[in-house]
Amino acid sequence: MTIINFTPVSSLLGGLLIGLAVIIFFIGNGRIAGISGITNNFLFSTVNRLDNFLFLLGIILGPLLYQFFTGETIPFVIDSSLIPLVSAGLLVGVGTAIGGGCTSGHGVCGISRFSSRSIVATLLFMVAAIVTVYVKGMI
Amino acid sequence: MNRFCSLVSGLIFGLGLTISGMTNPEKVINFLNVTRSWDPSLAFVMIGAIAVSAPFFYLVKNKNKPWFAESFSWPTLKEIDSKLVVGSLLFGIGWGLIGLCPGPAIASISFIHHSSFTFILAMFAGFSLVRAYNLLK
Repeated sequence: MTIINFTPVSSLLGGLLIGLAVIIFFIGNGRIAGISGITNNFLFSTVNRLDNFLFLLGIILGPLLYQFFTGETIPFVIDSSLIPLVSAGLLVGVGTAIGGGCTSGHGVCGISRFSSRSIVATLLFMVAAIVTVYVKGMI
Repeated sequence: MNRFCSLVSGLIFGLGLTISGMTNPEKVINFLNVTRSWDPSLAFVMIGAIAVSAPFFYLVKNKNKPWFAESFSWPTLKEIDSKLVVGSLLFGIGWGLIGLCPGPAIASISFIHHSSFTFILAMFAGFSLVRAYNLLK
């Protein structure tokens, strides 16, 4: 194992901002900033639809605003083969809907509340993702 | 005011994702690639976020009302059931396959990249499948 592209400072700073966003959304609107849940509710529920839309719009505007002020191009390097893309999207959609959360809802908000459900969920999706990357790397 | 709060929270969330590097699937895959060439950076995203929000959730416990809404929506589920386990495992496999989870997937709409749209449409299809299943049950 070798360590590559290590950016602890910017990643920590980004994490602090995500934590701040979680705080503002909860103290302001009383809601957990779980992106899979917010997206799911935006698509299928009329409750808080405008709030869900604005939150998601904010997430989309985030990278654009960063690009605008820094002039940097944000790297987006992705495996573009159709079958892995579609399978991954389906698995992420089905999995987060069944499991009730993703990296934000369970991984950040849930762990911050010391929820045992979220701690178990986070451990499981981390292990599953690491094993998947390991296996995909062998093929 | 709650509308403004939603937009600002989302905006700060999106900036955080961008600055942290989570919006690049390649960096996420390198983070998950612990046995080969490993980029541990993204562990710091979680550490940073939790360092801020854990004390907050502790302090806010005794407050009875948020600023711009009637009540706090605290998650109510407590039980570790098979749905949580199966769902989280499926999500992890999907995350590891491409390196996108829901937050960065939504943020990646800003890149106007065909792979991002394909992933998001498949993710919406996944949400719909579970919803259809729950309705039919």
